[in-house]
Amino acid sequence: MMNTTMEGLVLAGILFVLGLISMLIRRNIIFMLISVEIMLNAAGLAFIVAAARWGQPEGQVMFMFILAMAAAEVSVGLALILQIYHQLKTLDSDEASKMRG
Amino acid sequence: MQWIYLIPALPFLGALLLVLASGRIGKTGVTLIGCGSVGIAALVTIVAGLQFMNSGQAGYVQHLWDWVSIGTFRIGMDLRLDALSLVFTFVITFVGFLIHVYSTGYMADDPDFARFFACMNLFVGAMLLLVLGDNLLLLYFGWEGVGLCSYLLIGFWYKDPANGAAARKAFIVTRVGDTAMAIALFLLVQHTGSLQLGTVLARAQELWTTGDPTVVLIAFLLLGGAVGKSAQLPLQTWLPDAMAGPTPVSALIHAATMVTAGVYLIARTNALFVLSPSAQAAVAIVGAITLLLAGCSAFVQTDIKRVLAYSTISQIGYMFLALGVGAWSAAIFHFMTHAFFKALLFLGAGAIIVALHHEQDMFKMGGLRKSLPGVFLVFLIGSASLAALPFVTSGFYSKDQIVWLAGAAAGGNAFYSLAAVLGAFITAAYTARMIFLVFFGQEKTHVHHKPGPVMMAPLYILAVLSTLAGFIELPHTLGHLTLLSDFVSPVLPGVVTVHGGVALEWGMQALTLGLVALATWLAWRLLAAPFPDGLKQFLKNGWGFDDAYNVMFVQPFVKLAKINRRDVIDKIYTGLAAVTRGFHRAMSATQSGILRWYVMGIVMGAVIILSVIIWREYAV
Repeated sequence: MMNTTMEGLVLAGILFVLGLISMLIRRNIIFMLISVEIMLNAAGLAFIVAAARWGQPEGQVMFMFILAMAAAEVSVGLALILQIYHQLKTLDSDEASKMRG
Repeated sequence: MQWIYLIPALPFLGALLLVLASGRIGKTGVTLIGCGSVGIAALVTIVAGLQFMNSGQAGYVQHLWDWVSIGTFRIGMDLRLDALSLVFTFVITFVGFLIHVYSTGYMADDPDFARFFACMNLFVGAMLLLVLGDNLLLLYFGWEGVGLCSYLLIGFWYKDPANGAAARKAFIVTRVGDTAMAIALFLLVQHTGSLQLGTVLARAQELWTTGDPTVVLIAFLLLGGAVGKSAQLPLQTWLPDAMAGPTPVSALIHAATMVTAGVYLIARTNALFVLSPSAQAAVAIVGAITLLLAGCSAFVQTDIKRVLAYSTISQIGYMFLALGVGAWSAAIFHFMTHAFFKALLFLGAGAIIVALHHEQDMFKMGGLRKSLPGVFLVFLIGSASLAALPFVTSGFYSKDQIVWLAGAAAGGNAFYSLAAVLGAFITAAYTARMIFLVFFGQEKTHVHHKPGPVMMAPLYILAVLSTLAGFIELPHTLGHLTLLSDFVSPVLPGVVTVHGGVALEWGMQALTLGLVALATWLAWRLLAAPFPDGLKQFLKNGWGFDDAYNVMFVQPFVKLAKINRRDVIDKIYTGLAAVTRGFHRAMSATQSGILRWYVMGIVMGAVIILSVIIWREYAV
């Protein structure tokens, strides 16, 4: 039981870091969106593992919330990406840096 | 007597009207309001004065309204008519009125006619408030008011920067004294809990024994105020420069009235000075030294108005000397006669200056005896009075009293006597020199127009007063009349004579007569004689006081100001602003718009926070 928890958390951590790295090095906005999804799911996995460890249902409930939020986020995100592409004719996120402070 | 509030109110009203209506009422209107307000005030003074003398009261106080009322501390808008304030009020309104009339002639061609009369009326009002105020705060109000008017009128012809500088100098130098006086008032409030004159003086006698350090300090601070206003040592430097103003201003403010405010202050607070003998001795010493120094300076001046300015300083020195030895009424007597003859001399000098097309240098005058006979006559009368020509002039009776009492009074001694006699000698000498230079010898500048009747009439009236005013108080040796000292005796303590008697007075009078004759002869002889140039320059510049103050105070101050020109103190605040702006720049640079940098920022933040938490959990 202990081992499974540890392994699950390590897997979640690896997934999160992978998502983070690809978020940092990718310039294509669609890939960045996918990276965000990976990180979200890594966080969800950590919730599930923790819930299984303590035998509590809240972790699974939290993951459902994350799924719902992720669906909404993806739809808004894709709509924004479409708009960016319409405006800039590119998907390079560095090109969309006109709003400086 | 219930009308006395009109005395200061009328000139104030006149000033207000002239300011509001300037340019709309024409010269006639300005003349009517300007002279009329002071003239009616003079009439009210005479009527109130007669009523007061008939009533036999020691003092009449009129309560107008409460000015300040905080808990038990109350300051009323109260006017006080008693012997002392009546003498001052009479001189201010009456001489003031004559000078106003004269000014309508003197200033006739000036484009700022209305502004001149507005300032003059304001001055008369403030001065009347000074002498009529029943509490020291009202006195201080008038005191600052006359200072303001003095500033406005010295710098009246403001287009010349030198006049503005003279005005500022007068204002700043007197401010030194005013600060001392303000501190004295604070101390009086702290210790006696009141500023009402009667209460303060009565409480002072209960609170303090003679020579108590507190009362000595207060008396010295009051003396500081008096010294500043009355141009006595060491704050006398402003008065000669104050001659930059129009001549009627010099006559009214810088000879007859304002500069004697210090004399009034000391006479008014006489109880405090009686309680502090050292301060009273300081008054006498200041007076004695000032009268000698200023007299010597007057002897070498070339500008006729500067001669009269130094002469004024010197004569006020006599008044201080009289106050210092305890001859209170003698000081007031000399104040009165001095107001008459010095106003006469200044107005006479003004008539000459106008006649010679604004020429003030005495060495460019000469021989005016024939071309200006009327002015010569009145100027001679004024000069005789200033030089204390025995028996026929008012100056003789008032100055003789001081000369005698400087030695004979309780606080007097041989040094004061000597100073007074020597001062009389110097006075006669510079007066004679002035007369010889201006009216005798060759005519050097042509008289281009003679003063009209509106200027001559006040001169004649003042000439009569300069002669007759002396006869209200005659010395022991000559009839012994004491009208004035009897009149002011309810307010001012009588003089106590201890040394010498009538014989001494005879001796003093004979000596004075001899010295006046000698001085006149000497002045005549010295006129052509060469005078050591260095000494002459030194005396002419008023014993180098200006230079000394320049080195001691003005230059260090200017240096400080120069350093602070770069706003050293403000560096803290400008530095704070610069740091804030720097932070702002750094922060706004992070807003690059590049998404991945933001993500990096979030990651770094999370890493740092996590590190801190982990370190706190496990490192300990």
